[in-house]
Amino acid sequence: MSKTITIDGTKISFTEGQTIMDAALAAKVYIPHLCHNPEFKPHGSCKLCTVNVNGRAVSACTMPASDGMEVENKTETLDNERRAIVQMLFVEGNHLCPTCEKSGNCQLQAVAYCLGMMTPHYNHFYPPREIDASHPDVFLDRNRCILCELCVRASRDVDGKNVFGLSGRGIGSRLVVNSASGRLGDSTFAVTDRAAKVCPTGAILIKRQGFSVPIGSRIYDHKPICQVETEGKSGGEHE
Amino acid sequence: MSEVKKVRIATCSLAGCFGCHMSLLDIDERLFDLLEVVEFNRTPLTDIKHCSPCDVGIIEGGVCNAENVHVLKEFRKNCKVLVAMGACAITGGLPAMRNNIDLWDCFQEVYRYEGGLEGGQIPNDPELPLPFDKVHPIYEVVKVDYFLPGCPPSGDAIWKFLTDLLAGREPKLDYEQLHYD
Repeated sequence: MSKTITIDGTKISFTEGQTIMDAALAAKVYIPHLCHNPEFKPHGSCKLCTVNVNGRAVSACTMPASDGMEVENKTETLDNERRAIVQMLFVEGNHLCPTCEKSGNCQLQAVAYCLGMMTPHYNHFYPPREIDASHPDVFLDRNRCILCELCVRASRDVDGKNVFGLSGRGIGSRLVVNSASGRLGDSTFAVTDRAAKVCPTGAILIKRQGFSVPIGSRIYDHKPICQVETEGKSGGEHE
Repeated sequence: MSEVKKVRIATCSLAGCFGCHMSLLDIDERLFDLLEVVEFNRTPLTDIKHCSPCDVGIIEGGVCNAENVHVLKEFRKNCKVLVAMGACAITGGLPAMRNNIDLWDCFQEVYRYEGGLEGGQIPNDPELPLPFDKVHPIYEVVKVDYFLPGCPPSGDAIWKFLTDLLAGREPKLDYEQLHYD
């Protein structure tokens, strides 16, 4: 008998060592997430994948599945909390979708659509954030960074370079670059790095590709992210 | 024959580009259906300068100067239902791109250093509204009842929103009508 967990009443099987998120992705059940990408070690920081397990709130991406677990995922309360989290992400950065070339392919935006976010609701911080155009092939715009650390993990664990890290606290938290000058152009970063292609938002953009896909043909123009993600596409891959 | 009482709508553009108003005109011939049930009060379409008591107020654009605040408060005071239409009214939008640039630097760039300007001066007529150092969405100034995102929202999204609202339903956009760009 295989082991199973139940998500919103549906039984899905899992193998020992899988998290709730692993099991859900394998069974094509969508749990909203931003900092998770199955390719990398779970981070558990964005809290969008928070689900209720036996009455307790846990992060689906870090919580190991165990036999008989009862998981609540798609509930009005959880989705309201998820929407509030996304709204906070919007006001804590400078996310001006009409100006961003990632628009239509952006996971932050897509999750917000999926959760029916009509307004960022909270007062905007408009925090001053630095941009870095020093690299010949890649543009770094911290205005759109949501501190998910996917680029940090990709550069450290896949590229073996450790180009990125997070520094600071609270509203001063920011992505930093591992080079003497702190500039991306002076680091060992290359456009072929895995870290160049994992950003869920438009914080890390490959130059000279902007707006190459017309409106109407972008990933989330017609299909919500919950559908895109459960049709077998790996999270985070946006090429 | 007694006339059906029409729903009175006012619209305006604050720190916006009038793109949302252009999109409103994009409902095309449905404008005639709309005019069966609504009448326009203050709006750029009628050129009425001040708001009378209205059922619905639709605001395009964010708040970038003192005059924007006066107009916005006039709308809030007179409109039973206030709608933020478009990215600028909801997030500050493109004008908010200046929020992390010093206002004085901004003015110098636009009125003095921009190519082709000879002897340009920064306008200082006392009649000009006082600019704010940051652009804000309208809900940070007054209570807003409904939000209609998009840059601009499509004619179809505006039509869906208005028909829902006029029918007394909670406005709900279809997936492809909800976008922030």
